[in-house]
Amino acid sequence: MKRLIRLTVNEKDYEIAVRPNQTLADLIREEIGLTGTKKGCEVGECGTCTVILDGKPVNSCLVLAAQADGRTVLTIEGLETDEGLHPIQQAFVDKGAIQCGFCTPGMILSAKNLLDRNPGADEKEIRTAISGNLCRCTGYQKIVEAIASVKDPGSPS
Amino acid sequence: MSEYDVINTRAARLDAPDKATGRAKYIDDMRMPGMLFGALLQSPLPHARILSMDTSGAKRLTGVKAVVTAEDAGMTRYGVSPARYDENLFCKDKVRYVGDEIAAVAAVDLETALEAVSLIKVEYEELPAVFTPEEAMAEGAPLIHEGFSRNLCAEVHQEFGDVEAAFKECALIRTDTFRNKRQDAAFLEPNGCLADFDHSGHLTLYTSTQVPHYVQRTVSMVLGLPLGKVRVVKPYVGGGFGPKAAANPMELAASLLSMKTGKPVKMNYEREHVFLFSRARHQFTHVLTTGVKKDGSLMALKNECYLEGGAYASFGIATVYYAGSLLGAPYKLPNMKYDGYRVYTNRPACGAQRGHGGVAARAAWEQQLDAIAEELGMDPIDLRLKNMMSAGDVTCNDLNMSSLGMKECLEAVRDASNWKEKKGRMPKGKGIGMACGFFVSGAGYPIYRSETYHSTVTMKLSEDGGTAHVYTGAAEIGQGSDTTIAMIAAEALGVPLSDISLSSGDTEFGVDLGAYSSRQTLMTGHAAKMAAEDVKQQVLAVLSETLQVPVAEMDVKRGRIVFKNGKPDFEVIRARYKKEHRGWRDQPSGDDLTFREAARMAYLAKGTIVGTGKYKPEKLGGRFKGAAVGTSPAYGCSAQVVQVSVDMETGKVTVDRMTDAHDCGFAINRTSVEAQMEGSLSMGLGEAMFEEVKFDGKGRILNANLGEYKIATSLDMPPVDTIIVESNEPNGPFGAKEVGEGAIMPTIPAILNAVYDATGVRIWELPLSPERVYLALKKKKNKR
Repeated sequence: MKRLIRLTVNEKDYEIAVRPNQTLADLIREEIGLTGTKKGCEVGECGTCTVILDGKPVNSCLVLAAQADGRTVLTIEGLETDEGLHPIQQAFVDKGAIQCGFCTPGMILSAKNLLDRNPGADEKEIRTAISGNLCRCTGYQKIVEAIASVKDPGSPS
Repeated sequence: MSEYDVINTRAARLDAPDKATGRAKYIDDMRMPGMLFGALLQSPLPHARILSMDTSGAKRLTGVKAVVTAEDAGMTRYGVSPARYDENLFCKDKVRYVGDEIAAVAAVDLETALEAVSLIKVEYEELPAVFTPEEAMAEGAPLIHEGFSRNLCAEVHQEFGDVEAAFKECALIRTDTFRNKRQDAAFLEPNGCLADFDHSGHLTLYTSTQVPHYVQRTVSMVLGLPLGKVRVVKPYVGGGFGPKAAANPMELAASLLSMKTGKPVKMNYEREHVFLFSRARHQFTHVLTTGVKKDGSLMALKNECYLEGGAYASFGIATVYYAGSLLGAPYKLPNMKYDGYRVYTNRPACGAQRGHGGVAARAAWEQQLDAIAEELGMDPIDLRLKNMMSAGDVTCNDLNMSSLGMKECLEAVRDASNWKEKKGRMPKGKGIGMACGFFVSGAGYPIYRSETYHSTVTMKLSEDGGTAHVYTGAAEIGQGSDTTIAMIAAEALGVPLSDISLSSGDTEFGVDLGAYSSRQTLMTGHAAKMAAEDVKQQVLAVLSETLQVPVAEMDVKRGRIVFKNGKPDFEVIRARYKKEHRGWRDQPSGDDLTFREAARMAYLAKGTIVGTGKYKPEKLGGRFKGAAVGTSPAYGCSAQVVQVSVDMETGKVTVDRMTDAHDCGFAINRTSVEAQMEGSLSMGLGEAMFEEVKFDGKGRILNANLGEYKIATSLDMPPVDTIIVESNEPNGPFGAKEVGEGAIMPTIPAILNAVYDATGVRIWELPLSPERVYLALKKKKNKR
């Protein structure tokens, strides 16, 4: 039987009936229709489903939708503003850190969470923060350069 | 000052903003009203006869709309090489590996489809299974495919020159055996598709593929639909690397289900299915015997290779040829003998993966050359330089190095890594190693015997003249081909990149063989350049009439018309343009006549301006059997230096630094070239260090997930220095050739050679797990 939950996604409030075994990833993608959050493995090993849940990066495929009741979620779609791309998004574009793009949303959100906590993160700290986001295309080189290049990471969330 | 305006720059990729914001749509992001969900029934056994199948339980389940088996699909065989079509969509008589497809279901949701699959009752008679080439070729081994005795899927025997005679002249002959392991391509986006068969009998198949054209042909052939009624559309793809370079059973099943139900059908592979499907890198066992003269001159190479192929041929025919042909360069090698055997086994079928059959062969040979250099007392780089081919040389197996910046690459990595200061001077447990490699820039022949063009491109000008639409069947799979093709088109036409609107990956846009064999920059690039030049000529021809200036005295640059002998008065043209576009705020202005105005004129004179381009290589290669595989209009090449640390107590290897130089002929997009080098290195590092698909005794994959099949994470990759070398390839558009696959070639042997330098131990089997290295160290210590 479905259960009614309330959650905030990208600063918008939702009231949705969820199945007990439905994941947050599926809730975001299917019910809300935000497909920027990806499903690469569905068992929390690749990081493509990364979202920020109450300020912490999580694998949304391992969070039950019901667990998100009363909580706040930030997905990749919530990053850009009316002024344009978030500085981290812009850095990824400028530095050539995006190839197939499938790891990109999760990667950017992990980076955002790092820079919110630690704006002056060094290379080791950057690599550690994104170590849960697999990438098969880039070798991580330009991703690390992009994250390191962000001087003003914008307001945390 | 560059002579070019658009190419050879670091232009931001056209698809980057959509991918950075979550707007980019991949196959699983697509939905259609009334869409059904499909699921496959796959064999749980590695080798068995199908005695009976009962689908009635599945058909009765509420929400199930169709169940299809071999009865519905028919038995039209398909595969990759027409000479070895050995696959049926669904197994009828027997299954050949754990994962072999038997049936498919379409239902209103995925849970129902999966439940229906579990209700299909199949009675099997288990057959003995074979899992290694040794088992499969043994006397009395069960036959996996009728007519292939000893389970030999393919055999290659080639000799160039006379190897035995050459060995007699050698001062040093060395034999080594090398073995890699089965890999998985581990693209982050699992395969998926959405098949939509409409009421006019027209099928549109959206799919995560590298090759819309080959998928279209396979679907048409297997399902009996005329080619003109099949359209394949590729959305954004989250990586391909080879296994997505052929039609897969899921695509065929979804199409068939859509035909049966009249509804769109979505199907995905879950991560486990990606492993089961495989079509990724084979396991190769190479026995190499190399002979050299005392001064290090390479005389002869004997190469015997066994490939563990899995249950179907897939790309394997090309693979077994490449495992021999791709050692013909980049060194002068007058005598080469190759005996290759691709063996069927009851495991998932292997196919092509980045670098194809050349990667394991290159790893084996470059380590052996390192050992030979040491025995001769030569620096390994000097040994390579001594034997280096030059541009224009032809290999003993008829591969023409029309450009070859191999020497430049080698010297670049030697200097950038401080090789001379480091080699031989590193402390115990730290080492430096190097290797070289090369690869085709597009296969010289299409996969099916044909005179077809390899690429066709259409360019259509918008009627206001401000945009050039480019249509290509080429496949952007993450490597950056969309941006590269657009840049070539912009440069050739003479307009800024922002004036190009590129559409790709749809069979409706024309024939393009797709993204495999590292071909798109060279081949699609040529076709795009030709289409743009065609459009430019058409526009200038009209302008010439109006202004009474010969075409030869005009050109287009940066969106403006350039007049070589003084600017004529074009006020009439401008006035008319402004009148036709009254109300617009961006009216043409300034001293120069814009291309936009000229293009508008051309439309008014001739109607829609459309230019076409096409490309196919000239006839390449020798006259011997299998000569086609390895041919290419051009070859990319690279050199790499790697530094490692090895913990002498535990055997753990850490790659500390990688320096890579790649000759891509001419870098259309410099950032994209570096990016492909970096990605190639990370795949090579993964294969060298961690990657191995493991099986149990029943043919089941033990580590069919990304937690236990370990690809490199951000903590495993060191910083990488990339150097672009440009040798200006005469057969490439603007001198460009490949980078996408060639860059992986030196990676594994450079790491192996660095490990030897650090430890004094040569490892001839991958991966470099701590156990393997530790045991090798222990063995060496015990020998003393």
